[in-house]
Amino acid sequence: MTALLSIKDLTMRFGGLVAIDSVSFDVRPEAITALIGPNGAGKTTLFNCVTGFYRPRSGSIRLDSSGRLTELSGQPGHCIAQLGIARTFQNIRLFANMTVLENLLVAQHAELMRASAFSIAGILGLPSYRRAEKKALDKARYWLDRVGLLSRANEPAQFLSYGQQRRLEIARAICSGPRLLCLDEPAAGLNSRETIELASLVRAVSQELGLAVLLIEHDMSLVMEISDHIVVLDYGRKIAEGSPASIRGDKAVIAAYLGEPDGEAA
Amino acid sequence: MAQLPFKAARDGAIAALIAGLLALPLVGFRLVDQSGGEGLANRWPQLVAMIILVFVGRLALSLISGGAVRSVLFFMAAFAIGSLIIPWPSQFLEVVAVGGAALIAMRAAFLLLGSRPFGSMSGAVGLAGRYAPWAMIAFAALLPLLPFANRGVLDTGVMILTYVLLGWGLNIVTGLAGLLDLGYAAFFAIGAYTAAILGSTYGFSFWACLPLAAAFASAAGLLLGFPVLRLRGDYFAIVTLGFGEIIRIVANNWRSLTNGSQGIAGAPRPSFFGIADFTASPAPGHTAFNALFGIPYNPIHRIIFLYYLVLGAALLVNGFTLRIRRLPIGRAWEALREDEIAAQALGIDRRRVKLTAFAIGAAWGGVGGAFFAARQGFVSPESFGFMESVAVTAIVVLGGMGSQLGVVFAAVLYVGLSELFRPLEEYRMLVFGIAMIAIMRFRPRGLISTRRPTATLL
Repeated sequence: MTALLSIKDLTMRFGGLVAIDSVSFDVRPEAITALIGPNGAGKTTLFNCVTGFYRPRSGSIRLDSSGRLTELSGQPGHCIAQLGIARTFQNIRLFANMTVLENLLVAQHAELMRASAFSIAGILGLPSYRRAEKKALDKARYWLDRVGLLSRANEPAQFLSYGQQRRLEIARAICSGPRLLCLDEPAAGLNSRETIELASLVRAVSQELGLAVLLIEHDMSLVMEISDHIVVLDYGRKIAEGSPASIRGDKAVIAAYLGEPDGEAA
Repeated sequence: MAQLPFKAARDGAIAALIAGLLALPLVGFRLVDQSGGEGLANRWPQLVAMIILVFVGRLALSLISGGAVRSVLFFMAAFAIGSLIIPWPSQFLEVVAVGGAALIAMRAAFLLLGSRPFGSMSGAVGLAGRYAPWAMIAFAALLPLLPFANRGVLDTGVMILTYVLLGWGLNIVTGLAGLLDLGYAAFFAIGAYTAAILGSTYGFSFWACLPLAAAFASAAGLLLGFPVLRLRGDYFAIVTLGFGEIIRIVANNWRSLTNGSQGIAGAPRPSFFGIADFTASPAPGHTAFNALFGIPYNPIHRIIFLYYLVLGAALLVNGFTLRIRRLPIGRAWEALREDEIAAQALGIDRRRVKLTAFAIGAAWGGVGGAFFAARQGFVSPESFGFMESVAVTAIVVLGGMGSQLGVVFAAVLYVGLSELFRPLEEYRMLVFGIAMIAIMRFRPRGLISTRRPTATLL
């Protein structure tokens, strides 16, 4: 199986600090890849490189779009998003004063913009635009139902509870029609029941849409349960990669999380 | 509850006592020049009036916090109107009486309406919210036909409508896209100068100038927007402020084009849609408006026509905004205001989307400028100072960012206050400042802070 996203020798520096040190790995299509590592390992920095918020110092990030490889590094964020990479944020970023429904409509901006023909068809209220808007509303309705927020559709997003806001942010990312969904600590701040619901949601969505998921997460039970493939970072380097079972027994990973054993104590 | 009037009266008495003690030496006595040295004069009426005002104000506030909101609203509204009629010892006291009573009445009104943030409007308030805009449009449309609509009233009406038009234009930039533009008068100026120069030097008619004014202002918006829109928040505000000043200074110094500080006379007056002119003796080949309709000539026809033109233009801008808000581009503006990073992560090109907001807002500013030139017939740099930008921005912010109705209230308040207090001259800005502080204190999100969703399910 060819990779959907292929990261090669990616390096990112902030002044003298090397946040990511020539990391390479592949994200496979229709699979869930988890990115784990202790705090400060460079996980979110890598996310920001992939989604165009940072410009990497060197290395390449290639996206396979229908057979052609597109270089992502150096492209502006909105272009990368339009190529089919959607993300959520560690600290939730919703459009707080807009309604839940509107958040999902903004996510379908590119498609609706095309249908509105530079807003001209939209201003005139042509049937072609009205059809596109209806489709967008239906899509939003479907995903609101899936994440259990249909009854809150017309309320401002800021009135939702924390767990609901997390789910809305994921629904918003899905509504933008991505091929790769990047989730930055989606279970942070959720209780155990919400975490279980989230795991099954991510699994189901990935299978239903044939969507590749790249996941940063600290909740190891969640990671082990839903991931097909795990990449472990520590101090900006990749220290291990493999299936959940192989990572569980990996010495380097255990050392990174629990600290190096002293010679005597071992 | 039975003790409330007593407690409120006691609060009022204490406040009045303190005010009296303070005011006795400060206000009660005054040093005056007399023959043979200085003497002491007293100002008992002022002192008594002040103490009464403090008493009434404190009483009303105590009653409000005690829950008697409705009666305070009626009482203070009556007090404000009554203060306009009864003679106060000084003009300043009259302002304090009217303004203070109006503020307290407003506070009571807002408490009654409830400051519930979203969509929970119900019953009478919801009904008022639905019909108020239509009632206001009907009133605006009928105003010239009302008996008291003399030239002064209509001029004020045109001024209010021009500010409403500008406010609605800036609302796209500041209210929807969240770009704090402190130099909006620049686009207003470009529109006005475009109309005046094309009209007086090149003989363009008003109707040809109008779209050109919009186009020039919009082009200036694009030109400024390209380098500037990567800035955010405060930095953006400062650069637009500078741009506003640059345009004014250029207008002042580019004498060959703008005639410097002397300004340009002979800005084109609007004709009756190119069919007839508003003049007693039309140029050869032209028809006079009064002849066209077979009515006697009256100079007020031109003003009434201008009034309806500005009203029509303002309503056009409003319709445009209400419509575009519900389109993807409008939602993208609001999304950028809410969170730029998240909007970018959803594939929204920040630069381009902001640029469209900026250019469209600038175009409406240019239209406002063309109407301004048509009303004055004369354009000079001093009409486009920093205070103009501040006024329009204040109207948008005080009205409630993004609220179309709020802009109307704020524009009426702004022009109304400055017209009402015109005799006060130096106190005018003081009153304006106090009103702004009061609104921000009691309604930090503007007069109307409800936001109507652009789409709903079910």
